[in-house]
Amino acid sequence: MSHSFDEISQQLKRRHRKSARLKWASMGALGLAGLFLVLFFADMLSKGLPAFQQAYINTEVRYTEEASRDGRQAFDQDLIPLISRTVVRVIPLQLRNNPEMIGTSEQRWMLATSEVDQYLKGHRNRLSDEEKAEIDERVAAGQVDLRFNKTFFGSGDSKIAENAGILSAVVGTIMTMIVTLLISFPIGVMTAIYLEEFAPDNRFTQIIEININNLAAIPSILFGLLGLAIFINFFGVPRSSPLAGGMTLALMTLPVIIIATRTALRSVPDSIRHAAFGVGCSRWQVVRDHVLPLAMPGIMTGSIIGLAEAMGEAAPLIIVGMVAFIPDVGASFTQAATVMPAQIFTWSGEPEQAFVEKTAGGILVLLSVLISLNAFAVVLRKKFERRW
Amino acid sequence: MLVGALGSLLLLLLGADIPPMYLLAASLVVAAAGLAVGVAQVKPHFHARQAIERVIRWVLTGAAMISIFTTFGILFSIISEALRFFQMHSFWDFITGTTWNPGASFLAAAGRGDGSSAEFGSVPLFAGTFMITAIALLVAVPIGLLSAVYMSEYAPQRVRTIAKPVLEVLAGIPTVVYGFFAAITVAPIIVNIAGFFGLDASYNNAVAPGIVMGIMIIPFISSLSDDVINSVPDSMRQGSLALGMTKGETIRDVVIPAALPGIISAALLGMSRALGETMIVVMAAGMRPNLTANPLEDMTTVTVRIVASLTGDQEFESAETLSAFALGLVLFVVTLTLNLVSVLMIRRFREKYRVNNL
Amino acid sequence: MNSQAPVMNQQHTPDVAQPYTRNEQACHDLSIRVRDLNLWYGKSQALKGLNIDLFQKNVTALIGPSGCGKSTFLRCLNRMNDLIPSVHIEGLVEMDGQDVNAGKMDEVALRRRVGMVFQKPDPFPNSIYENIAYAPRMHDLVSRKADQDELVEKALRDAGLWNEVKDKLQEPGTSLSGGQQQRLCIARAIAVQPDVILMDEPTSALDPISTATIEDLMDKLKEQFTIVTVTHNMQQAARVADYTAFFHLGEIIEYNDTKVMFSTPAQKKTEDYISGRYG
Ligand SMILES: Nc1ncnc2c1ncn2[C@@H]1O[C@H](COP(=O)(O)OP(=O)(O)OP(=O)(O)O)[C@@H](O)[C@H]1O
Ligand SMILES: [Mg+2]
Repeated sequence: MSHSFDEISQQLKRRHRKSARLKWASMGALGLAGLFLVLFFADMLSKGLPAFQQAYINTEVRYTEEASRDGRQAFDQDLIPLISRTVVRVIPLQLRNNPEMIGTSEQRWMLATSEVDQYLKGHRNRLSDEEKAEIDERVAAGQVDLRFNKTFFGSGDSKIAENAGILSAVVGTIMTMIVTLLISFPIGVMTAIYLEEFAPDNRFTQIIEININNLAAIPSILFGLLGLAIFINFFGVPRSSPLAGGMTLALMTLPVIIIATRTALRSVPDSIRHAAFGVGCSRWQVVRDHVLPLAMPGIMTGSIIGLAEAMGEAAPLIIVGMVAFIPDVGASFTQAATVMPAQIFTWSGEPEQAFVEKTAGGILVLLSVLISLNAFAVVLRKKFERRW
Repeated sequence: MLVGALGSLLLLLLGADIPPMYLLAASLVVAAAGLAVGVAQVKPHFHARQAIERVIRWVLTGAAMISIFTTFGILFSIISEALRFFQMHSFWDFITGTTWNPGASFLAAAGRGDGSSAEFGSVPLFAGTFMITAIALLVAVPIGLLSAVYMSEYAPQRVRTIAKPVLEVLAGIPTVVYGFFAAITVAPIIVNIAGFFGLDASYNNAVAPGIVMGIMIIPFISSLSDDVINSVPDSMRQGSLALGMTKGETIRDVVIPAALPGIISAALLGMSRALGETMIVVMAAGMRPNLTANPLEDMTTVTVRIVASLTGDQEFESAETLSAFALGLVLFVVTLTLNLVSVLMIRRFREKYRVNNL
Repeated sequence: MNSQAPVMNQQHTPDVAQPYTRNEQACHDLSIRVRDLNLWYGKSQALKGLNIDLFQKNVTALIGPSGCGKSTFLRCLNRMNDLIPSVHIEGLVEMDGQDVNAGKMDEVALRRRVGMVFQKPDPFPNSIYENIAYAPRMHDLVSRKADQDELVEKALRDAGLWNEVKDKLQEPGTSLSGGQQQRLCIARAIAVQPDVILMDEPTSALDPISTATIEDLMDKLKEQFTIVTVTHNMQQAARVADYTAFFHLGEIIEYNDTKVMFSTPAQKKTEDYISGRYG
């Protein structure tokens, strides 16, 4: 009662169509995921790139006697609402420090308010129609323009949108990461060495292993609770400080470094260990002089990736108070500081339109740092990739 | 050791007003780092060698125990503060109460009112959390699983080597960035779409953070599923094809069921991620505890409340602050359970097919 | 060459004119006809100019040293080689008057008619019942639940497994012993009612008792199906096969009635192999 090929093929048509549907669906799913990524980056770039430019007004600054008391006197009166308060404010200061400038005048590019900036970029703003007309006129005359935004990279946070910059967050991030790395790298590497090279295979080591795997899966915010309850409330580490944040992140980075180091150690072939034991090295000497150097590239790669992960982390840092308003670049590990993700978070909560762009600009800075770190890790791995 | 001492000295210089307890802790840490360096530089004589070897073993063991300390540290800090909370408010009300209204306790802490009208019923918070997690899984599981199927069953090698790391990028994007994306870009889109259908959506709706969180956990699911599908023995596929099954039927009815424990395990891991995710919901979800089944309404989550109650200027001793730890405790227990179940499922899969690379 | 005449490998066995006249009929019905079949894995040729006719409702055994191309040849018969990207095939494999490798041939339809049982039994990840019912259901061989039950029972009976599993049909297929799993896989293959069943060393992973069971089974199954089996066990070939083909380095050295082959091999190489001098 067997069927002929033709009969079977007839029935198969429907099934082949179904089968093809799965293929297309799965391809579509991957495409969709890719599309998300593209849309996401396009969105961030379109929102964030304008932040790297800022409106400036080219005008004559008159350093008169009056200006040394009231900075506004240095400018045309109709420009006052358009020029950033921050630059107006510093003029008396400047004149007090350099009295010989009084009486002179110069043509300068002055930082405009964020309203002007948003108007030029075609966003929502609160300028009156006269002000807009004034700006249009000056744009035509080449006196108002978008120029590279030095303030964004060169200064700290500010409540005045055009004056807000990412610098204090960048410095805070660097300091926090130093603390994180100083703690998690040695402890992580030592733990991995213990587990791979020294540990007997007993209950104790199993518990440690299970622990490490669990730590890697605990929600990051819980590390913040630990940091708050133990580091800050119990040990008295100053709240909001890079030290508190760094210590908290170190605990999160630890499992990443341990796992990466173990993989790296495991990939060193036993023959190298046996050879070293053979010439009378002790266990530690074998590890230090023969195994570790070979595993180092892998350890570095893993640590960089762990560091990049920590660098993007915000939740635990918010819990330990690193969302403070930090206008000045941090000077010590125990003073309040902020980090890039936290800065992004605070900016995103500002109601002013100009801060949307700042937020996205901060995101672009953070993403470029993370991408560079990961690319560096990849290059490192490629360069030292070895087959035994 | 020397480095450790130097380190503490340095810290002393940095801030003279630092409390001693903290100094102790910090210098301990620095000392541990210093010891590692110091040990690495010792060039021992032969007799000293054994002693040094023993010291090193102790140091390494100590380092390894830090992971245990961390887990216990988390447990201890959360439990002890949570217990203090449960002294003020009943555990039962916390677990079953449907109103979360800590405002009164804030007044009580400020010396006004007795705080007795404060309510800490966590049900609406967990409802919000699970709603957003469910939306996230609804996005991530189909897309992640199908992507994995494409990569392991259909894609040419070249596509695979590109697609995998590209997907991983999704997992590497900081969550604060996703949060911004959800709040600024996705939420308005959702509101517009809902409006198009005549529905009223809040700008803090649960859909936007849910979808974005789903995008974030796609790689968690696709990556593990891909590994699992790849380790389903080829003989099983051939067995099905040899019966005259199409490739699609083979994948749907043989490969995926065989890989199911691993796939479930991946979904559980993703779920655990989503439950504990903080920034996306803090930035895109609502602040109002809201017990509703409508995902277009604003609702808040456990993690949002934890952040909210710890970032205000309240006293640490206030019930609202301590409630964060009670919420954290539940979160800890839930995610830990999910992770353990996930590990057990993967182990079962591994034993079944004797694969060791998972 | 008369295309209707069953073909042995001519250049090696010119003196064996009608080796298949063991039965009264002069000639069995043809199931699969293979002409000038060449196969390459990338650049290395694994099958070289094969010519062979496989007869309906008979057991044909393929023997030969390891790596001589038996499995490769078997996979040509239901196009399982399609799964290996580097494979390139030339020549004719004909079944039911159609070229199996032709573009219009649907390989899924082919596999439906040419089933295969592998060396390592690998039941599907579900119940014993589902293992068998799955494929017939997909092929629309059964529509009602009762038909399906009946078909499962028949397949299990034919595979000699019914008595052992009739009380635990809902248990997972993997809970069976190795020999039972292999019979489950055979039951699974016969449930779709193919014309040909290919078996690649079906007993090599089994204990002697399971092996004997499966040999008996082949003897019974050949009433309904054409069976082509690969074996490394000479006794097994001698016991179960009506015809035997001896492969060596990708060529068929000799193809003959099993009795003739084992008693008076025409080729020196065959004799050496059978008597265990190499391989
Ligand atoms: N997937 C493959 N890719 C490349 N070469 C292959 C592949 N499969 C088999 N070969 C080669 O083709 C030749 C024939 O292999 P085949 O598996 O058909 O031998 P066999 O007779 O079945 O051997 P055995 O008795 O060991 O099963 C061998 O030289 C083998 O190396
Ligand atoms: Mg073989």
